Amino acid sequence: MTVSETSSADNWHIKNVRIVDPYTHTDALGDIFIAGGCFVSGTLPGMLTVDATGLWAVPRMVDIHVHFREPGQEHKEDLVSGSRAAAGGGFSVVAAMPNTDPVIDNPALISWEEARGREIGLIDLWPLGAVTKASAGKELAELALMEAAGAVGFSDDGKPVANGRIMRTALSYATMLKHPIVQHAEDLDLSEGTVMHEGNISHRLGLPGVPAAAEEAMVWRDVELSLLTHGPLHVAHVTALGSLEAVAYGKRLGAPVTAEATPHHLLLTDQAVVDWEVSPVTKVNPPLRPPKLRDALRKAVASGLVSVIASDHAPHHDDEKMSPYPQAPYGISGLETSIGAAFSSLLHTGLMDPLTLLERMTSGPHQALGAWYPGVVPGARADLTLIDPQLLWVVDPQTFYSRGHNTPMAGMQLKGKAVATMLRGRWTMREGQVLA
Amino acid sequence: MRDFTAIEGMNAQELTTLIDLAETLSDVLERPIKKVPTLRGKAIANVFFEPSTRTRNSFELAAKYMSADVINFQTSGSSIEKGETLWDTARNLKAMAIDAVVIRHQVAGVPGLLADLLDVPVINAGDGMHEHPTQGLLDLATVQAHYGRIQGLQVAIVGDVLHSRVARSDLWGFTIMGATVRFVGPPNLLPSEMGAPMTSNLEDGIRGCDVVQVLRLQHERQKSGEVPSMREYREKFGVTRDRLEKWAPDALVMHPGPQNRGVEIDSEVLDGPHSAVLDQVRYGVAVRMAVLYRLLGGTHDS
Repeated sequence: MTVSETSSADNWHIKNVRIVDPYTHTDALGDIFIAGGCFVSGTLPGMLTVDATGLWAVPRMVDIHVHFREPGQEHKEDLVSGSRAAAGGGFSVVAAMPNTDPVIDNPALISWEEARGREIGLIDLWPLGAVTKASAGKELAELALMEAAGAVGFSDDGKPVANGRIMRTALSYATMLKHPIVQHAEDLDLSEGTVMHEGNISHRLGLPGVPAAAEEAMVWRDVELSLLTHGPLHVAHVTALGSLEAVAYGKRLGAPVTAEATPHHLLLTDQAVVDWEVSPVTKVNPPLRPPKLRDALRKAVASGLVSVIASDHAPHHDDEKMSPYPQAPYGISGLETSIGAAFSSLLHTGLMDPLTLLERMTSGPHQALGAWYPGVVPGARADLTLIDPQLLWVVDPQTFYSRGHNTPMAGMQLKGKAVATMLRGRWTMREGQVLA
Repeated sequence: MRDFTAIEGMNAQELTTLIDLAETLSDVLERPIKKVPTLRGKAIANVFFEPSTRTRNSFELAAKYMSADVINFQTSGSSIEKGETLWDTARNLKAMAIDAVVIRHQVAGVPGLLADLLDVPVINAGDGMHEHPTQGLLDLATVQAHYGRIQGLQVAIVGDVLHSRVARSDLWGFTIMGATVRFVGPPNLLPSEMGAPMTSNLEDGIRGCDVVQVLRLQHERQKSGEVPSMREYREKFGVTRDRLEKWAPDALVMHPGPQNRGVEIDSEVLDGPHSAVLDQVRYGVAVRMAVLYRLLGGTHDS
């Protein structure tokens, strides 16, 4: 990427770029013009020119499942480091989970979070509010007031809304709102004491395993409740065959159900636990699954049954990930490997074309959260990512902007990387360097 | 061989070497003065994060019969309870110039991780449900001594296989040495898949077997609702004299201990002519001597 400096204005002409715009279903070579924070239809005097030959321009890449840990666990991540990780990873919008300390379960905290995101200014930070007060699973939180304050969805993520009656109530209540209930599906009795996928590898390693049924059982329940209430349900991080079947069943019967998959579940299998010699960097919930499930998940993302790719970015402090496997916390720091892992799993394997794959990271998540964005059209806000789809790079967590270095992709070679990110017509990352 | 953390992944030659060495070293146990200078000047730390009497005693005696100095590091009241991490414990042991670490830990994989951290040999004395490799080795030595071979034998492992590190070490050990292993137990206490035939019918499981290894039924299985009662377990899976005489009259009967007499195994069997349980204990000391000898490079006279 070379820049010819002709003016100091924040107006840009990005030329010779492959525009991959799922919002307008466009995939074509062309030029993009940006002025005053928006896309415009042609050159204006004083525009800076960027030659983006070989790169793709993708409007507003979104990650609707991240954990930024603030307030309460700033040693793992905060809104600044998280925003930098997002911009560094190529995202202009992220939706942050509310399982902080305290839990983001009231409109004041939603407003605070949104304002703080705006102040940092690297990304559009969309807050998710808790479904129940303190995510305790007992009483509904103030969903309507939180929505009015800016919440884009509701989740007790980290744990499920376990009680079926409360889940029914939440879904029913959400029919008068614009945004969905996002469920972390897990039968906690089935998963109690477990640390990885139950199968040949867990038995060999002697680690207590959780059967895929723990996820499947709850996804089936929730899909039935969505059918019962017509309540909008978004199933976070699906990984199991029965979960996919349940989502397909719900969609077939007209339930407002969507689902997401994470790049790590699409890229890796439970063999990683062996390869990493039981290091907790592989510990994640839901757990990494065997190849058969991983491959089925790839197919479901390709077919559109799973319409969202989201990272479940879960940073942890290095010391916490040095505990023995059962004591170590769940989670993978995923924002900065998301594009590379998704491209390596789905694009470079020939399973998906660029436009469809990028739909899962742009318009798919918008639809899942009941949000809307026009794409690269004149007048639209200029949120943009430039991606080098062929760039081979080796994951080195020490170079992450995130405070969380916990990833089993460390040392892996990925293909595809964001090289620049723009928010409201301003670069937030260039050549891998976050600009704030 | 630098550490001894798992039987899985070892080869028949390595195992044979250790079994033969154990046989040789077991002579020391017959001597009037049970002390050879092999490991004189070596310091061994027994680090037990889980209560253990037999295994710890066995390791301690094995080390002492070879003149090593032993410290027993227990977790209650120790720095570990005060919040010290495993890594710091390891660094401290290293700083104290320990020559080998014997570790038992309730978490699968910890000895392997410790082995990566320390440049002295690490010996796994049992990690969670993963492996108990010296137990696997002593079971091999016991069978080898009885049959003169392991190749071609049929081995049944009966009981709570799912939660058993002994079953796993035995599976790998016997399989590597050319025997065939089957698992027998209640379906909910068998792994869903692990590369061994499995049955919940005791007769099918032990009929015609050369070796029957009976596993201890932990009392917590009843408390957690996984076994309805000890009575029902005995009815379905108890190894009694009648059953053995009918289905596997010549089988060598083993049990890693401690036994629940009258539950998974009857006293008539345990104290009977086919029982090898005390040979197992004896070989336990011998194989631990062999492992220490191999790892600590005892190249002097033995």
